[in-house]
Amino acid sequence: MNNDTKQKNRKLVRNLVLIAVGMFGFGYVLVPIYDVFCDITGLNGKTASVAAAETARDIDVSREVTVEFVTSLNQAAPMAFRAETYKMKVHPGQYYTVNFYAENLTDKPMIARAIPSITPGLAAEFFTKTQCFCFDEQSFEAHESKTMPVRFVVDPKLPKKYKIITLAYTFFDNTELTAKKQK
Amino acid sequence: MSAVVAEHDDHHDHGPEKGLLRWIITTNHKDIGTLYLVFSLAMFFLGGAMALVIRAELFEPGLQFVEPQFFNSMTTMHALIMVFGAVMPAFVGLANWMIPLMIGAPDMALPRMNNMSFWLLVAGALLLASTLFMEGGAPASGWTLYPPLVLQTGAALPFAIFSVHLLGISSIMGAINIIATIFNMRAPGMTLMKMPLFVWTWLITAFLLIAVMPVFAGAVTMLLTDRFFDTSFFNAAGGGDPVLYQHIFWFFGHPEVYVMILPTFGVASTIIPVFARKPLFGYSSMVYATASIAFLSFIVWAHHMFTVGMPIAGELYFMYATMLIAIPTGVKVFNWTATMWKGSMTFETPMLFSIAFVVLFTLGGFTGLMMSVAPSDFQYHDTYFIVAHFHYTLVPASVFILMAAAYFWLPKWTGNMYDEKLGQLHFWLSAISVNVLFFPQHFLGLAGMPRRIPDYAVQFADWNMVSSIGAFVFGFSQLLFLYIVIKTIRGGTGEKVTDEVWEDASKHSLEWTLPSPLPYHTFTTPPKEIPTEHF
Ligand code: HEM
Ligand SMILES: [Cu+2]
Repeated sequence: MNNDTKQKNRKLVRNLVLIAVGMFGFGYVLVPIYDVFCDITGLNGKTASVAAAETARDIDVSREVTVEFVTSLNQAAPMAFRAETYKMKVHPGQYYTVNFYAENLTDKPMIARAIPSITPGLAAEFFTKTQCFCFDEQSFEAHESKTMPVRFVVDPKLPKKYKIITLAYTFFDNTELTAKKQK
Repeated sequence: MSAVVAEHDDHHDHGPEKGLLRWIITTNHKDIGTLYLVFSLAMFFLGGAMALVIRAELFEPGLQFVEPQFFNSMTTMHALIMVFGAVMPAFVGLANWMIPLMIGAPDMALPRMNNMSFWLLVAGALLLASTLFMEGGAPASGWTLYPPLVLQTGAALPFAIFSVHLLGISSIMGAINIIATIFNMRAPGMTLMKMPLFVWTWLITAFLLIAVMPVFAGAVTMLLTDRFFDTSFFNAAGGGDPVLYQHIFWFFGHPEVYVMILPTFGVASTIIPVFARKPLFGYSSMVYATASIAFLSFIVWAHHMFTVGMPIAGELYFMYATMLIAIPTGVKVFNWTATMWKGSMTFETPMLFSIAFVVLFTLGGFTGLMMSVAPSDFQYHDTYFIVAHFHYTLVPASVFILMAAAYFWLPKWTGNMYDEKLGQLHFWLSAISVNVLFFPQHFLGLAGMPRRIPDYAVQFADWNMVSSIGAFVFGFSQLLFLYIVIKTIRGGTGEKVTDEVWEDASKHSLEWTLPSPLPYHTFTTPPKEIPTEHF
């Protein structure tokens, strides 16, 4: 191989390695892209993570939407967790409160975090919460049980095709992770 | 350029080193090609043994032989070893052997890096295999390594992740080498559009590899930091999202399946014209079809995720985009068929495997098309139907073409003819048993049998038994292949082959203009004429 080819090879290899390194970075860039994309399009049913202010709205009494409540525990977190009712019929524009009950089943204090999700995903932007236990981590004493109200309203602008909205919460036991982070 | 290739190689001896050391320090493309091929054959048998554990357990309903956890390790390791240890390295081995010969170059562009990428592959594969003996067992989450399940892997997790890094670096290095060889080492007159299709498909595959292997490396690195450094890329409690992993994985994963099939297309396009005694039909459309498949492969990934809860617009987009892939793929099948049309065909073993490839790959493509229909995919997803789909696109396609390639080029490499009778026996045993093995899995899937389970409802018993019988026949038939290969290397039928080996092969590609067996160094001076029959 003469020097000319060697040089061409070296340049090509450098460029190709740069592409490879760039693509490694691109994998990481996908993370914020995914979040922004989901934010803009509202695709994955994420609700706002802070409380909205309670403002008066026009109530559409002619329309009824069913809101379902689903509760689950991640990786068999040692808790009891349920909603006071499985579903309720609501009028868009009117505020409702529904209670959730959670209990720490262990002998130790626990820090847990509930993650909400709305199905169908595109309905999430029409579902507003003014109060929710999911906005913060919840701490429980040993065997403590809590009643946690969620206050919400369905926006009257909710497209007519949505008749049922499912609000699902999953509780994650974050005790260890939080302890580590505080260190 | 002409002066370049005319010059002699870096080393000045004319033969290989003596003894074992030759294989460790070699930078000769033929030696390294052989190393890759031998290694991948070994991995093929290791992965095959795991498949037989799976099929033995599924022979009857109920738990017979293995624990469910170990069963899941088997499905995971079988897939990882077959993909990263057997099929991909086998094609890299073929690339090493054939690309310099086909473009009239004396060696690969970066011989030392070539040696290193092979040994990194060995290290990565051994590390992966060693997880079988670790506390908590090998990964058992499926080859897709989805969180949160994969994060429950025991001590093996970091080792499995590092092995993915090693395998990734090895294939990226291999890909860089292939691109450099094709761009900078072609003989005078070997323009891009005169390159044999095997070279073309590898060029495109190499770019796919460089584009997606780093993304996979990134995804598994995120798994690593999620597990050990408290990041929350995929942990919902910390603001992450497990579905994000699926997007990143399949951004890699779909192009990855094409990494395994594009070189397959290249070999098929090389073999079929020789035995049809006709030029390849539609050479340039083959090149463009390959490039379009590669391009489309980047924009269809979420067809693996129709059931995760995408909005209707997303389902429709990924559905139509996926269907588009069938068009360039159809062009290829059309071209192979047209190449055979009115050809004076003969049916030696490489051709038999190639024809079986055309037929059975098309079947796998059709089931792919069925699954691309989003509403139907809700029925097929995560059932044995998809297992049947991808095994049709991988076993009687990629693996059959690797067999075809071995029969096609072994006489050239060794100078000895393989035993045609045994070759045909191997073909018929494989072709029949592979269908007994995988065809019933379509029925099982349509009836609702989930994939990755060690036990199943009795309604699935009959077809599982048939499938397992097919599996054992197929598996043991491959020992015959091993025997034929060893016998050929050791002298074969005793008949010495001509330089061309196959009638008029030298009109198709440069390697057949060289002596058989191939000397250790070839094309130290570039060829004068470029064969043009493949147009
Ligand atoms: C016409 C071409 C093809 C189409 C339309 C197609 C379509 C699909 C679809 C829609 C799925 C997802 C099914 C599900 O998860 O429910 C799938 C899975 C898969 N396909 Fe294909 N496919 C094609 C060709 C190929 C080829 C050529 C290969 C490999 C050589 C391949 C390998 C795979 C694999 C490995 C999976 C399963 C991945 C997993 O979940 O583990 N496919 N295909
Ligand atoms: Cu795919």
